[in-house]
Amino acid sequence: MTTAVDVTALRRRPGLRRLRVFGQGPLFTAAVLLLAALVAVALFAPLLAPYDPDALDLQATLAGSSTDHLLGADQSGRDVLSRLLYGARSGLLGPLVVVALSTLLGILVGVVAAWRGGRVDALLSRSMDLVFSFPGLLVAIMFVAVTGPGMTAPVIAMAVAYTPYVGRLVRSIAQQEKARPYIESYLVQGWSGWTICVRHLLPNIAPTVLAQSAINFGYALMDLAALSFLGFGVQPPTADWGAMINEGEGALLQGAMLPALAPSVCIMLAVVAFSIVGEGIADRVAKRDR
Amino acid sequence: MTAVTAVPETTGASGLVVDGLRKEFGGRAAVEGVSFTLRPGGSLGIVGESGCGKTTTARMLVGLETPDAGTVHLGGRDRSARARGRAERLARAREIQMVFQDPYLSLDPRISVSACIEEVLRLHFPLDAPARRRRVAELLDQVGLGEREAAALPRRLSGGQRQRVAIARALAARPQVLILDEAVAALDVSIQAQILDLLAGIRRDEGIGFLFVSHDLAVVRHITDEVVVLRAGAIVESGPTTSVLTSPEHPYTRLLLDSVPRPGWDPARISAGRRALA
Ligand SMILES: Nc1ncnc2c1ncn2[C@@H]1O[C@H](COP(=O)(O)OP(=O)(O)O)[C@@H](O)[C@H]1O
Ligand SMILES: [Mg+2]
Repeated sequence: MTTAVDVTALRRRPGLRRLRVFGQGPLFTAAVLLLAALVAVALFAPLLAPYDPDALDLQATLAGSSTDHLLGADQSGRDVLSRLLYGARSGLLGPLVVVALSTLLGILVGVVAAWRGGRVDALLSRSMDLVFSFPGLLVAIMFVAVTGPGMTAPVIAMAVAYTPYVGRLVRSIAQQEKARPYIESYLVQGWSGWTICVRHLLPNIAPTVLAQSAINFGYALMDLAALSFLGFGVQPPTADWGAMINEGEGALLQGAMLPALAPSVCIMLAVVAFSIVGEGIADRVAKRDR
Repeated sequence: MTAVTAVPETTGASGLVVDGLRKEFGGRAAVEGVSFTLRPGGSLGIVGESGCGKTTTARMLVGLETPDAGTVHLGGRDRSARARGRAERLARAREIQMVFQDPYLSLDPRISVSACIEEVLRLHFPLDAPARRRRVAELLDQVGLGEREAAALPRRLSGGQRQRVAIARALAARPQVLILDEAVAALDVSIQAQILDLLAGIRRDEGIGFLFVSHDLAVVRHITDEVVVLRAGAIVESGPTTSVLTSPEHPYTRLLLDSVPRPGWDPARISAGRRALA
């Protein structure tokens, strides 16, 4: 076997590269378990949360950690743990939509560019470069300026902004894959380009794309949390990690760390876990192709 | 000593008729004025050193490259331009199939041996499932593979076994011509001999025409009736394999023959000969 899939084209978090040796081992497993737990929390938040996340209890205002409130309460006396558990919902749903849309669009653009080549490729690649040159967060904020705050506009803006990351990767690995004789043998057999792409090319590049999408999930989670933190995304009083950090600022000034710290830690853990899983999948693909 | 020019295409001409093929890459001609005819059921070798345009020629014949000039006809049907539409694609696939050089890259790693042959049958023939399964077993049997290999993914197979699969897959479309581009070059010598025997048997039984592309003169001598010698994209000599390889007329062919290692072989003299020719 000669050429390996070019995973160097993956968008990576540089600091995490040192952790790559653990990509197959306990760290990878831990990251997968953490993400599974996160999904379970998002799904079963109403069962797991000890309190209504929006219930005000002024007597508990800024309460510290206790058996009543494991992670304390915020300035309005809302239970921080319950808000965290519910916050996993918007924390995952937004990035899920961003990643699903950008992955679909990126695959479409990348495969068409690689398969058709020539002018079609030039046009699509230029378009991706153009989108790439706009900072996604800024575009999302501009969208919000037009539509008003809420998650729809930022999610659409981020999905578009993330598409070139997927599209460029897909284009480069699809080009390599297309040149392989097994794809050419399907052409010689008389299959249409469309069938070959859907049945053979896509399944063979899918693991690499999945790795990129996992890494992107972490980025999207962070970007959307940042938007909510800035007040452009999820609006109070909805429990959301980004918005919770924002609301927790006041508590911080009054010496209560938990309302802002707890959601920050959740965001950080989720982002790191998604990156580790993405890197792990990428390593696995690279090993398989070697 | 000059290239044979193919008989210009007349109505009802049979076999594979290649006339004046030309292909440029970045302004440089990789193939230049290549013409030859492969009669139905015949076996023609294309030889020449690496980079002389053998693969490019083969790819134009099968339709993976479009020639810049020249024509390719099979059984009188023009197949020089890009195929338009499903019917034309399928018709061309049943004219010419190809076996690629690297058996490690020519099979979809996700598709089992039997499935990869069944796909071809499903595309080309209106067989029901049991008939298709019988035909798959028959094709695999023809290349010396059994049920165990049929169920396997390519990664479980050796290079020789994979090349057998590639041959069975090519035969599945019942082509009139099979192009083999360095089809045994990637295999061990003992496996090479087995595959060459297999191919000779298939040709005898099926009456398929072979176009055998190789840099290996011993292989070509074994399996072809006629041979075309390519140098820098152009034909320098052609004729019956035995006469071309025993009494070559062109100095380049002589040089190719002298380059084959054997007792009394002298690399220095060959290099000198090459310089004289350049
Ligand atoms: N896709 C391509 N792009 C550019 N140059 C090519 C391409 N394919 C082949 N060539 C060039 O054309 C020439 C003939 O190549 P090829 O047909 O592969 O030779 P052979 O099969 O006889 O070794 C070589 O110089 C090669 O570099
Ligand atoms: Mg070649």
